[in-house]
Amino acid sequence: MMFNLALFVILCPLAGLCLNLAGSRWLRAPMAGIIASIAAAASFFFAASQLIALQTQPQGTIVVLGDWLPLLGVQWALQVDALSVTMMLLVTGVGTLIHVYACGYMRGDAGYTRFFVYLNLFLVAMLLLVMADNYVLLFAGWEGVGLCSYLLIGFWFDKANGVGTRNSDAARKAFVVNRIGDVGLLLALLLLYVNLGSLNFDAVFAQAAATLSAGAPLAVVIALLLFVAVTGKSAQIPLFVWLPDAMAGPTPVSALIHAATMVTAGVYLMARSQVFFDLAPLAQNVAVLVGAGTAVLAATIAVGQYDIKRVLAYSTISQLGFMVAAAGLGAYAAALFHLITHAFFKALLFLAAGSVIHGVEHGQSATGLYSAQDMRALGGLRRRMPVTFATFLIGALALAGLPPLAGFFSKDEILAAALAENTLVCALLALTVLLTAFYVGRQTLAVFLGEARSEGAAHAHESPAVMTLPLVGLALLTAFGGFMGIAAWLGGVFGEHTPEANVWLMGGATLLALAGIGLAWRMPLVKGRMPCALQNGWWIDTLYGWLIVRPFQWLGGQLARFDRGGLGWLEQRLAAGVRGASWLMSKTQTGQLNWNGVGIVAALALVLAAAVLGGGA
Amino acid sequence: MGEFDLLSSLPAIAPEIGLTILIFVAVLLDSFLHESQRKGIAYVAALGMAALAIVPIIPGWAPEPGPTGDYLFWGGMIRHDALAQIFRIMVLASGALTCLMAVDAKRVGNKGEFYTIVLVATLGASLLSASADLIMVFVALETLSIALYCLAAFKRNDSKSTESGMKYFLFGAFSSAIMLYGFSLLYGFTGQTNLYALAQFMGTEAFANNAVPVLAAMVMVIVGFGFKISAVPFHFWTPDVYEGAPTPVTAFLSVASKAASFAVMMRFFIAVFPNDLVIGDYVIQNFWVQFMAAAAVISMTLGNVIALSQKNIKRLLAYSSIAQAGYVLMGVAALQATTPLGAERAVASVGFYLFMYTFSNLLAFAVIILFSEATGSETIADLAGLNRRSPWLALTLTIALLSLAGVPPAAGFFGKFYLFTAAVEADLVWLAMIGVLNAIVGLYYYLVVIKVMYVDRSEDEDKPIPTSQTYRWVLGVATLAVIILGTVGAQVIFEWAVQGAGTLFALLPGVF
Repeated sequence: MMFNLALFVILCPLAGLCLNLAGSRWLRAPMAGIIASIAAAASFFFAASQLIALQTQPQGTIVVLGDWLPLLGVQWALQVDALSVTMMLLVTGVGTLIHVYACGYMRGDAGYTRFFVYLNLFLVAMLLLVMADNYVLLFAGWEGVGLCSYLLIGFWFDKANGVGTRNSDAARKAFVVNRIGDVGLLLALLLLYVNLGSLNFDAVFAQAAATLSAGAPLAVVIALLLFVAVTGKSAQIPLFVWLPDAMAGPTPVSALIHAATMVTAGVYLMARSQVFFDLAPLAQNVAVLVGAGTAVLAATIAVGQYDIKRVLAYSTISQLGFMVAAAGLGAYAAALFHLITHAFFKALLFLAAGSVIHGVEHGQSATGLYSAQDMRALGGLRRRMPVTFATFLIGALALAGLPPLAGFFSKDEILAAALAENTLVCALLALTVLLTAFYVGRQTLAVFLGEARSEGAAHAHESPAVMTLPLVGLALLTAFGGFMGIAAWLGGVFGEHTPEANVWLMGGATLLALAGIGLAWRMPLVKGRMPCALQNGWWIDTLYGWLIVRPFQWLGGQLARFDRGGLGWLEQRLAAGVRGASWLMSKTQTGQLNWNGVGIVAALALVLAAAVLGGGA
Repeated sequence: MGEFDLLSSLPAIAPEIGLTILIFVAVLLDSFLHESQRKGIAYVAALGMAALAIVPIIPGWAPEPGPTGDYLFWGGMIRHDALAQIFRIMVLASGALTCLMAVDAKRVGNKGEFYTIVLVATLGASLLSASADLIMVFVALETLSIALYCLAAFKRNDSKSTESGMKYFLFGAFSSAIMLYGFSLLYGFTGQTNLYALAQFMGTEAFANNAVPVLAAMVMVIVGFGFKISAVPFHFWTPDVYEGAPTPVTAFLSVASKAASFAVMMRFFIAVFPNDLVIGDYVIQNFWVQFMAAAAVISMTLGNVIALSQKNIKRLLAYSSIAQAGYVLMGVAALQATTPLGAERAVASVGFYLFMYTFSNLLAFAVIILFSEATGSETIADLAGLNRRSPWLALTLTIALLSLAGVPPAAGFFGKFYLFTAAVEADLVWLAMIGVLNAIVGLYYYLVVIKVMYVDRSEDEDKPIPTSQTYRWVLGVATLAVIILGTVGAQVIFEWAVQGAGTLFALLPGVF
């Protein structure tokens, strides 16, 4: 049975990680990177075998590996169905390209082996997340990717990032904010188990469909709690603040974890748990509004950023908003389609941005005012880095949503779904389309066109082939992703028919995108004043700082004082009391036989008296 | 009891026969060997005892009921059942390890009579584990005790050692006398000396109005057992004797004599005062269970609290052993369980605890012997830097102490777990809670020793403790036993003990 190979999808990166761990003392660059890349590629190969297996058995299967928590009825079991295979292919495919890219990007870094160990560990956790056949295993993967995200954001924990905070702070922020979402997921799981008696997908979904009516409070609460988890992992309002800071990690990490795969886990969760969202219209409405709101809000902030990676980070949040809104509308196929195309073009944009940073860092000997990531210090790179420029351009146009690139089709499907359901949401999303084309247009112009505005940009050179080849690969996927039948395949998965092409909508969206690009041409990034509110992300971080972080720190300080003062005093008194008792009791140990004999006789008399009194009664 | 059949009776005292032969061999070797060669006697004695300990484990050699269908042999003197076998294994193992531990001890290791007396003490403890008659209990107890008095005072020129022997002897004589008085009262009431016959007699109408004298006799017997297991308030001898006696002797008497006494104590109470024995309106079991519970609480608390302020490692272990006796008494109190399985599991929990305690405590003492032989010190503060001097020794002592404290994966964890479970199942939740609180107090002083070894620094860190090959074997075997009993072996041994406990209750008329 080919489905039995599913285990190897996870085992390959696990083996790579173990190999690199075991050999961490001897393996030097580039061996660790090669091992990790081969592991990822092998994993992709096995994922593809699952796709072939699905041709003969379209409903998929569950591969049971063994018992795990018999008390909860939970097994080590992998679900292989169209949805999970889609995610597997995406994670391992894009993952492999990024692994290869990282071999070049991380060259010469002191933590080369450590980096690839983390990267493979991430693949293991992410695959566990998408392949789990029950919520417990999914939760394990969910926490695992969170841990990897933390480790990789803080990969250069000893350095400060451009924004003036430490990288380790960014990692901690990501972890803590994600915990809020994780608690939502955990609560949802507990409710599920208590009320539906299982945590296995099949059993839970069947039970929910059988016992819960639409709008049942239980379904609503579970769906909302699941959505809390979505807002954490997929960086939606109000928990999106961690993702921009997460750019402190190395750029391949930003591409793999914080653009293509991990942040889409929330969308996957909604698609997997669609039973509950379908039963809870309230939660669906919340998801649509949050998604659309996030899309617009993040797009406006992206307009105000100078850092090449932060623009892309806010752009990712905005695009995730698209997906969440689509999932909230019940258009899961459209959401998944956009998830995939977005993974292609956003990974491409990040990697190209990384290539820019790499090239410019090599070109500059001493930075002046600006870092290599500040777009005000770039410019004119189209001649010095032609491959990077060409691929970035394809990614940018796909993000803007111009035909015939992949982004155009998937965005169009979401807009069509929104138009059919809710005009306001459609308007919000259309506004986002305009803003997206605007900021990505400005970014492209500022980085690649014009003249070099710094020493580093003037002397930048193209990155090595190990980095540009993955760029080309992703560019091809971005260019032709719309024609590969992904939409039709996903439509089959979710039993949705692909909506009829709406020519007016398509034309309108394209015009909006073109208008955005035109606007970008008229209002270049480096000229004119940037509104303060946009630059600072509407001061949302500052607001959270005042509302949540500071009161929390105050409370922590007070508790620490209470612990040292009040409780500490109590502890010391208790210890002194026990010491005193010990001293007092050891006085009974005189070593004198007569006294001890008296003790025994007294005890004997006491017990006898008790016997007489008790026996007489 | 019925017809006497020599051949079927011999297996019942096979370990004792073996020990007697070993004693003769040891005496002969002592006369013929030159002084420098007498260490060899230790190996003969240890190997002999180890072989005797292994015999009961051989499949198919499990105790069989005698000709009359019960497990009583030799005119009812000996009860040869699985539980007795388990306790005999403990006693023989501790005898063997003690001999090996004494090899390198100064002024002890090269004396043939030392090993001879250890063999005699082991013989007494082994008999005690299996005895089923008042006479036999007393004879075995005295065989054990008198040998131990000699051992405690073995270093004749050392004033502490002689003081310890003298104190132990006087206390022993005192409590033996009281116990013997209890025995004679029981005999006087019933005209019987066999434990199982006593029970049948006391259930009759004749005793209906005489609960108090029976209780008085029982309390006196308790004094004797309480002395042997060093339960409070019969514990006064313990710290002084533990500190003064040669350390291998301390090790032996902290495990072997305690284990054998617990074995016979449980048999005594189950047989003579079973749970359905009602004299007048008075349920006898309630009385002794309450007494055991009270003794458990006092022993645990007093032992643990005083141990907190000890500076000498042997005194610390003395108070620790008082506290450990308290824990085990919880298991004895849990015999009040109302279901057969509950009572069997209570017995088994006591058996398992003593089994793992034997190895854990011997392991701790083994390291201390090595340390004090090398440095001449028994002070806790002098253990500073042991991890840097001899990391393996420090690790071994850490495992032993963690086991005594009840921390997994050392054996003590399951030991406490089974005891507390037994107490809870017997509706003694309050007792189990006191036990848990005491375990926390205990954890402190065990951890302090570990902290001293690993954190504190000393000037002698470059001087490793010399460890002989024999000693490495002793340490290795005991460590392995502690770890196995705390991981894969726990369930196996416990189930075996449950089986053994089943035979303890079997054929008791009217019980369950």
